[in-house]
Amino acid sequence: MLPMFFWAFVVGGLICVIGQLLFDVAKLTPGHTLSLLVVIGAILDGIGLYEPLADFAGAGATVPITNFGNTLVHGALQEAEKHGLVGVLTGMFEVTSSGISAAIVFAFIGALLFKPKG
Amino acid sequence: MGGKTKEQKQYQSLEQKHEVKRPVLKNCIKAFFVGGLFCIVGQAITYFYIYFFNFTEQTAGNPTVATMVFISMLLTGFGVYDHIGQFAGAGSAVPVTGFGNAVISAAIEHRTEGFVLGVGGNMFKLAGSVILFGVFSAFVVALIKVLLIKWGVI
Repeated sequence: MLPMFFWAFVVGGLICVIGQLLFDVAKLTPGHTLSLLVVIGAILDGIGLYEPLADFAGAGATVPITNFGNTLVHGALQEAEKHGLVGVLTGMFEVTSSGISAAIVFAFIGALLFKPKG
Repeated sequence: MGGKTKEQKQYQSLEQKHEVKRPVLKNCIKAFFVGGLFCIVGQAITYFYIYFFNFTEQTAGNPTVATMVFISMLLTGFGVYDHIGQFAGAGSAVPVTGFGNAVISAAIEHRTEGFVLGVGGNMFKLAGSVILFGVFSAFVVALIKVLLIKWGVI
């Protein structure tokens, strides 16, 4: 259990460092950086590298935004196995649903509860 | 007593020069620690779901992400996330809490324009590009992989 926490910390931290380098060195905006990281996550899952990373680093791989691309591809491929090409579209949000649903639901609750500052 | 010696001034200018020269390293260290801490919290939540709600190591990522977004709502609403973001840069933007923050802060910010046009219309103003490029790249990647498997290439 403890090594899992350690690797989650290290791998998650390193993915954030990549993001920071894209901010500072490549001079990308946060929007561009996050979009790029999501695309990288999707490609990594496409070539079968993201799952071993998640097995190894746990939340270090599932918490960074790269996981969003990973789960999108994952859902699409899972459904494609059952239904062929159509599955790529129908399965896209199969696994990712929780992140998007949570963001929408909690954003609305947040807007009901909190007032904008300044 | 009050004045600084030549060496002190030299050292100070040297220090300043280095500080301006490489904020990149400093920023990266901050991003590493804060981002890593978010992932440790995520790992703790993952174990929580594995032990109490019968999720497996593979499936526990989903409720973890949802919970992280919930935490992000509280931190954003109370104005804490902005401070973390100023300190940590990518360390708070890259974890999924950053995605949650982008959606939630846009929703709260535009609430004065009404719930339909303000909150509904602007919710994905910042996070929309992440969803667009995530979905489109996932579509292309999955399509290529499915076709390659179909044709027996892999």
